[in-house]
Amino acid sequence: MSPETIRSLVKPSAYQDSVTLLLLARQLRSGPGVVEAAALMATPSNRDLLEQSGLLTAEAAKAGSNDLVIAVRAESAAAAAVALAESEAFLGAKRKRLEDSGRALPRTLESARRHLPGANLALISVPGAFAALEAKKALRLGLHVMLFSDNVGLEDEVALKGLAVQKGLLMMGPDCGTAILNGVPLGFANAVPRGRIGLVSASGTGLQQVTALLASQGEGVSQAIGVGGRDLSEAVGGLMTFQALDALAADPTTEIIVMIGKPPAPAVRARVEARLRAAGKPCVLALLGQGVKEGRDATVHAVATLEDAAWAALAMLEGRPYIPQPFSIPAMELRECVEEFCRALRREDGAVRALYAGGTLAHEAVLILEPLLGPIATNLRPGSGGRHRVTDLGADEYTVGRAHPMLDATVRVEEIRKAAQDPDVAVILLDVVLGHGAAPDPAGDVAAAIEAARATAKMAGRGLAVVASVIGTAGDPQDLAAQCARLEAAGVWVLPSNAQAVRAAACIAGGEPVLARLLEGRP
Amino acid sequence: MSPLAAFFRQELRVINLGLEQFAGELDRLGVPVVHVAWSPPAGGDLKKAALLASLTDEDEDDR
Repeated sequence: MSPETIRSLVKPSAYQDSVTLLLLARQLRSGPGVVEAAALMATPSNRDLLEQSGLLTAEAAKAGSNDLVIAVRAESAAAAAVALAESEAFLGAKRKRLEDSGRALPRTLESARRHLPGANLALISVPGAFAALEAKKALRLGLHVMLFSDNVGLEDEVALKGLAVQKGLLMMGPDCGTAILNGVPLGFANAVPRGRIGLVSASGTGLQQVTALLASQGEGVSQAIGVGGRDLSEAVGGLMTFQALDALAADPTTEIIVMIGKPPAPAVRARVEARLRAAGKPCVLALLGQGVKEGRDATVHAVATLEDAAWAALAMLEGRPYIPQPFSIPAMELRECVEEFCRALRREDGAVRALYAGGTLAHEAVLILEPLLGPIATNLRPGSGGRHRVTDLGADEYTVGRAHPMLDATVRVEEIRKAAQDPDVAVILLDVVLGHGAAPDPAGDVAAAIEAARATAKMAGRGLAVVASVIGTAGDPQDLAAQCARLEAAGVWVLPSNAQAVRAAACIAGGEPVLARLLEGRP
Repeated sequence: MSPLAAFFRQELRVINLGLEQFAGELDRLGVPVVHVAWSPPAGGDLKKAALLASLTDEDEDDR
């Protein structure tokens, strides 16, 4: 057998965005004879990554932050050479595509504005270290900003939002994954009709879940404004939340305001509630946290889940009261489904293994599961432990040098495989997120792994239930009905929302006592 | 009318910096978008880039 070869290619001053690089690395890894591959900008931390994976050549070690490094470990020198030639072809094809589009590409924000007179929004997803500088430039030019990038410092966030408030602009983010402005989906967002509900959200997937459910009932969105996960912290003080709430309060097309987030810092909370009451419009407040009180006063309806936020807003529009229900399917049908899955497990109880792409959906799962099944181990909360586990696969420890699980299912497929080998696991719980920006076939990406997992469990004489929700709309590019059908063909129980999928998983793992508690309205 | 109220009545016109796929998605939806062929300013030296940006700030403040 010939020894493995490590080869690299350094392209000086050849910046490529992270998704392009991840697609290139994935393509290289699937090439014949390639053992491992990486395509990275040679920043100090990326050079460390290359070293850790044994891909740092002498040439790559000398490269700088602005240089592109492509490195492969292959079974032979010939295979390595083929892979590097392929990467040249990949980058060449991308360059040609841009040239063929006939659009001259400006190199700075300022020149872009000359190319697009009347530009009113900058969508920024450059690496975090530079993102704040670009966002500041955009605000100074009078542009609203959606800052998709993460790794932006808290001080920078406070300064940027302060500047935006001064100028009457939106400064959405950092780490703002989703927005729908003037009918246009931005970042990761679903195809949702325009309508009467205005939303302010600290969470991208939370916003996707609520807007997708509204769309499923034919209701639409006036504006959906992301504010980033730290906006309600004491340091930021809700600067953008208040700016957005005021704008929705004054917007004549917005009839109902929905606010989504985690419980604010105590110093901010009272101001949020006061501002909602002063909005002069009915409001739904979905603060996902422990001990959050549900209930309604004159104009503000506080709810505990994302699904409840959607249905409470619809009920308010239609002028009827809203009473949360654990499931939308009739109790009898539900019981039959749960009993069938429990019989197939061939045991009394088992553990839930939840593998999430959406961070807020994972957080919601913990909040729903814990009162039903007891302590939950989760990477969302350091030091947590328990038999059941909820993993946010979009967390940093899973995404260093890799794409987010909403774009690349590799990590989730591996975790599904591992879960199938664990004799304690009875239920795998998943979210499948569709929409603009997401992978072209998210259900297909996990379906084969699910079928293999169920086969593994069967061989070991066990059953394995898989429960999922699909966050998407009929208008999404991936085709919601086809995505649900693909999962169902793999034996997955598909429920209409994350909250219901979580409860279904709890019923299968916990059996009759959990089912009875839920049906009797004792969550 | 506040700047935000005016913005809500406008057509969205987007400058995209970073992930090229976002510009592609907007283009497919018929939204006017310009993608910036961005590369890290000051050759990727963050300190120099911040310094350059602060000089621009001063220019604008002087105006």
